[in-house]
Amino acid sequence: MNLEFSPEEETFRAEVRAFLKDKLPARLADKVRTGQRLSKVDMEQWHAILNERGWLANHWPEEYGGTGWSVMQRFIFETETAIAHAPRIIPFGLSMLAPVLIKYGTEEQKQHYLPRILDGTDWWCQGYSEPGAGSDLASLKTSAVRDGDHYIVNGQKTWTTLAQYADWIFCLVRTSNEGKRQQGISFLLIDMKTPGIDVRPIKLLEGDHEVNEVFFTDVKVPVANLVGEQDKGWTYAKYLLTYERTNIAGVGMSMALFDELQDISRSTWRDGRPVAEDPLFAQRMAKLEIDLENMKTTNLRVLDAAGAGHAPTAESSMLKIRGTEIRQEINDLMRRAAGRYAAPFIDEALDEGWNGEPVGPEWAGPAAAQYFNNRKLSIFGGSNEVQREIITKTILEL
Amino acid sequence: MDFTIGEDRQMLADSLSRTLADKFDWKTREAAIDSDAGFSREVWNALAELGVIGALFGEDTGGYGGSAWDVGVVFGELGKALATGPFLGSLMAGKMLEAAGDEAALAPVIAGETMLTFGHEGAVEANGRPCPPATAKRNGDQWIISGRKGVVEYLGSADQVLVTAQTDAGLSAFLVDMSASGVEARDYPVIDGGSAGELTLTDTPATLVGEDGGATEALAAATASGLVATCWESIAVMDVLRDQTLDYLRTRKQFGIPIGKFQALQHRMATLALEIEQARSSAINAAANFDKDATTRDRFCSAAKYTAGKVGRLAAEESIQLHGGIGMTWEFPLSHYAKRLTMLNHVLGDDDHHLARYMALGQAAG
Repeated sequence: MNLEFSPEEETFRAEVRAFLKDKLPARLADKVRTGQRLSKVDMEQWHAILNERGWLANHWPEEYGGTGWSVMQRFIFETETAIAHAPRIIPFGLSMLAPVLIKYGTEEQKQHYLPRILDGTDWWCQGYSEPGAGSDLASLKTSAVRDGDHYIVNGQKTWTTLAQYADWIFCLVRTSNEGKRQQGISFLLIDMKTPGIDVRPIKLLEGDHEVNEVFFTDVKVPVANLVGEQDKGWTYAKYLLTYERTNIAGVGMSMALFDELQDISRSTWRDGRPVAEDPLFAQRMAKLEIDLENMKTTNLRVLDAAGAGHAPTAESSMLKIRGTEIRQEINDLMRRAAGRYAAPFIDEALDEGWNGEPVGPEWAGPAAAQYFNNRKLSIFGGSNEVQREIITKTILEL
Repeated sequence: MDFTIGEDRQMLADSLSRTLADKFDWKTREAAIDSDAGFSREVWNALAELGVIGALFGEDTGGYGGSAWDVGVVFGELGKALATGPFLGSLMAGKMLEAAGDEAALAPVIAGETMLTFGHEGAVEANGRPCPPATAKRNGDQWIISGRKGVVEYLGSADQVLVTAQTDAGLSAFLVDMSASGVEARDYPVIDGGSAGELTLTDTPATLVGEDGGATEALAAATASGLVATCWESIAVMDVLRDQTLDYLRTRKQFGIPIGKFQALQHRMATLALEIEQARSSAINAAANFDKDATTRDRFCSAAKYTAGKVGRLAAEESIQLHGGIGMTWEFPLSHYAKRLTMLNHVLGDDDHHLARYMALGQAAG
């Protein structure tokens, strides 16, 4: 066994680091590090910088403008960008839709949509969940009825992340009520400017506007916007859900956050000593650090087993569960470290350009908000209970 | 990056696995743990002949391997078969001889001719207090030791025991012949199968191993080897427990369906499977960092032992619980695996001990 990266991989890591040092704007890294909100422009700026280097679509095949990287290269890239506090890549177009188009789309769809995802022309959002179809996604009801060259779409999607910025939405719609529920689902691409679409914000518990409801009333969608075959959308949907999981553990993000937590716990005092020297807090930190260190190796083992180009295995469900638990635990400890200063919440302080005086430790402002926001981690992307179902069926074969 | 154990080691693992399956079936094990010795000398000899003991030591001292990976792979196979015998004692005592370059003393151990065990930790009195540490002093041109060692693995079968003792120069290691004067051994069975004993030395002549007062580093390295061994053994036992429990969940029916169809049990098994993979990663990390500086090595070893102890308890308790009454019975092999796993957490420090050690080492490293 050898857990070292190869010399080629280390060279690649150095290349990524040099790029980040050179090209990642300090303004963006600072916002990410301190938990400030990123604007649409911020996210687009980072996408453009990556695209200029040819690194934006780091898991697409080269022929479509991807990097053709190995899973290990992608892991290194994701880890290094997280440690450098780069903004995350918005996954909807790049990591979710694009693999489906590349595998199931027509040549025309690929030629049209893929370059527009790369250059930022189109911002995509994901129309999967509905009020009555969460974990039980196949029970979705939004209907698309064929009418000549169009589908007429009626229904409602929800938890649609960043739909307020989106130009397009890829949707699972019901095109048939015959047979098994999974068989009557189709995969449609819908222009958000089409009449009959109404986006309404959902305010989350910490106060942020991140997700939305999207209502469809007699929305006309050209038949050309169907991906693959009608009624076969479930296959594509599942492919999308399992495709991009090399980063599902979020190990890089957790490493960056843990470092931050270590700094904070050493510099912040309570009860006459640094928080890091509180024996019970220190014990929580140590358990977390060990779990994270184990997770790094588990993640590498899964990647190694998956190999280049292979579809991710059900083991990624284990990564999702423990990876999100670790991140949530870090958020929990950040909140604890803030003590009573977790409570003061100046909303504007999370926006760029705020020049007010911080209340208490300067890092404490977003700690509680991030903790609350990241409760989502164990709910989205297939809740951790759904991941346990996947493990049960595919690994444990029960 | 390479997560395979390598061709040579795979061959060793395969032949060890075959030999144990062949010579150490459940009936043999039952007879072995029922005997005073607690293990089968015949099986021990067969394994020695196979090179299993030699695989734990480097070529410089007459072995055929000796890396942390070799140790891990061997103990993994031993765990899978729930083998009994002074493997850990031989490993740790042997590592002390290896560190001292004592090929002559190690050769008969590797050959299976000399049974060697290890006595570092002191005995505990009836009142719960530790006995005073063993001490050694020169008597003419000879060393003599006095003191008591507790829960020494397979003491009753040992020809030699490597013990630690304080001298004027500090912690030192000594080889003691069990036939020497002043040796008193009280042998007893242990709950997870096998035996151990309390060793009392009274002015017992002994041979110094390594430098006078120079045992600390060698002891730390031997302990690290022992931790890698117990962690890999633990993971292997967990794998068996998980697989046996999954089999049971698939076949045992209640309310007209296999109990594995109940979500309450499914999610517990999913969590257990996940935790075992985390524990496996920790054991891999311990071996992968073994040849780094001592602090790094010991930190990863403690992280692994903490994880193995924590997950080990979960695996042992869950597998008994999910089996229900049958998991409580002596005749069902599962219960013996659960006992072994639980007792492995009592060897070389439990999860609490190693979490504290991990934290202390982290502070020392800054």
